[in-house]
Amino acid sequence: MTLFFFQRLLTLLATLLGASLVVFAVLEVLPGNAAQVLLGPDAAPEAVAALAEQLGLNQAAPLRYVQWLGGLLSGDLGMSHAYSAPVWDLIAERLALTVPLALLAMLLTVLLALLAGVYAASHHQRFGDWGVMTLAQLGIAIPNFWLAILLIFLFSVKLQWFSAGGFPGWSAEQGGGIGPALQALVLPALALALVQAAILARITRSAVLDVLREDFVRTARAKGLSPRAALWRHVLRNAMTAVITVMGLQFANLLAGTIVVENVFYLPGLGRLIFQSIANRDLVVVRNCVMLLAALVVLVNFVVDVLYAVIDPRVQGVRT
Amino acid sequence: MKLLERWPAGGLFWQRARQHTSFVLGALLTLLLLASALLSLVWTPWPALDIQMDAVLQPPDARHWLGTDAYGRDVLSQLLVGARASIAVGVIAVGIGLGVGLALGLLAAALGGWVEELAMRLADFTFAFPALLLAIMLTAVYGPGMVNAIVAIGIFYIPTFARLTRASARAIWAREYVLAARACGKGRWRITVEHVLPNIASVLIVQATIQFALAILAEAALSYLGLGTQPPQPSWGRMLAEAQSLMFQAPLLALWPGLAIVLAVLGLNLLGDGLRDLLDPRLARQR
Repeated sequence: MTLFFFQRLLTLLATLLGASLVVFAVLEVLPGNAAQVLLGPDAAPEAVAALAEQLGLNQAAPLRYVQWLGGLLSGDLGMSHAYSAPVWDLIAERLALTVPLALLAMLLTVLLALLAGVYAASHHQRFGDWGVMTLAQLGIAIPNFWLAILLIFLFSVKLQWFSAGGFPGWSAEQGGGIGPALQALVLPALALALVQAAILARITRSAVLDVLREDFVRTARAKGLSPRAALWRHVLRNAMTAVITVMGLQFANLLAGTIVVENVFYLPGLGRLIFQSIANRDLVVVRNCVMLLAALVVLVNFVVDVLYAVIDPRVQGVRT
Repeated sequence: MKLLERWPAGGLFWQRARQHTSFVLGALLTLLLLASALLSLVWTPWPALDIQMDAVLQPPDARHWLGTDAYGRDVLSQLLVGARASIAVGVIAVGIGLGVGLALGLLAAALGGWVEELAMRLADFTFAFPALLLAIMLTAVYGPGMVNAIVAIGIFYIPTFARLTRASARAIWAREYVLAARACGKGRWRITVEHVLPNIASVLIVQATIQFALAILAEAALSYLGLGTQPPQPSWGRMLAEAQSLMFQAPLLALWPGLAIVLAVLGLNLLGDGLRDLLDPRLARQR
């Protein structure tokens, strides 16, 4: 287990390092002069030169890369050009929205998918199975931002149960609070979760069906366990390995999804920050946000790999 | 149909295909998508970009079957033309992903050793950048545009195809007829072309269909965010973005492009599922 863990950890670090190289190369080296990008094509050459000096662009690219890496490790991400604020403060503020949103959406996804998937599998080739799978097939085809628009139309415009967008903040001083803040996240989380749950429900169903055919399930039934007890005690645990792997991949989709859905609901999260920064040509912020999201994706997949081995000890040593 | 006769059991394939509900439904929806795009090249009810300020936000009627948008443009005509953007992005992005991924996967399976390790680590690594992140990076540098969107989606597809190709190709390399071919003195390249490629083609076709559907979704999302197809070129995602601000006046405007996306994606997914069952009957029995 320890060896497996360290092998994975090493891969994780290598991947993170590679990712940072790509981000740096694309956002720092490709644009040529970042100061020119910031100021636009019509800027005076003196202004560009002054800004390049201020941003430290006159140093060699490898040196700037190492400085950036050092900053990443020490939490000093530099200053945002457009906001005149430390990038880390900007990001931390936005993460307070994006992380709860992604977690809420993941929670909803798993709940819905497990219920629907297990239900469909235990009603295999009956009406319930067919109904759930038809819904899932439809759900996979629905773009999350369209679902978001439809939810806004139904619950905000017609029924007026939820606000159509915006975020009141977590604390009462900001005019919000935990209740109103959660309420503002319900529709976005639902829009993200329904689509992902459709995918995960199909995986859950086929994983449970696969395990149901195993000999040990027949043995469990033969020793007198009811179908329900066998399902919960033996089948689910064994089906979880497949489900968890897909969950890890889905978390990446979910993070990307939050970028889109935040823009539908005008939520001041990381996704909005990235878009505003692109509009402001604030490459420093874009670079760090993209790096953060990529790191989150890699990190989640690392956790999934390790979890996978904890749930199913057979996995260790098997290399794909 | 020369091609069909050459395909082993071609007649049987169509016989079984006709009875496969999701294949038939998927094929019909996919044909509808292709037909819309082709039709838009020669005919649309109205010129898709024609602005008529005296006919803005018309509800559906006999003149404009699906109504008009905020600039008086005919919605149906825009939907038809928008199908072109979806198909273009799907075909090119899948082409990039399949082309590079297939080469990497075949190479990895044929050579093994450090080449395989390197190709697969590269593939793993690309997973860290979802298409949307890549598109954001490219947009930040080069500005928004459809080419960036296509490239971003295409690059993101490379690992999917590389892993699939390698896994299926390795299974073929382990077969006895490959051993026989090697014993006959055939080289790695010839074995790859003559034995491996034909035997993994069906798996790749199925995956390409599904990735095509995902590319349509990705293009719609990118265009919705303003990172994909640029105005005035119609695209389903951008039509939704414009419709969102008019939700109180003309809620139907947000319905049609969404339905178009759902039908296109649903069709391709069903087609992919159907093809998987039909091309590989062993999988069908397992499901």
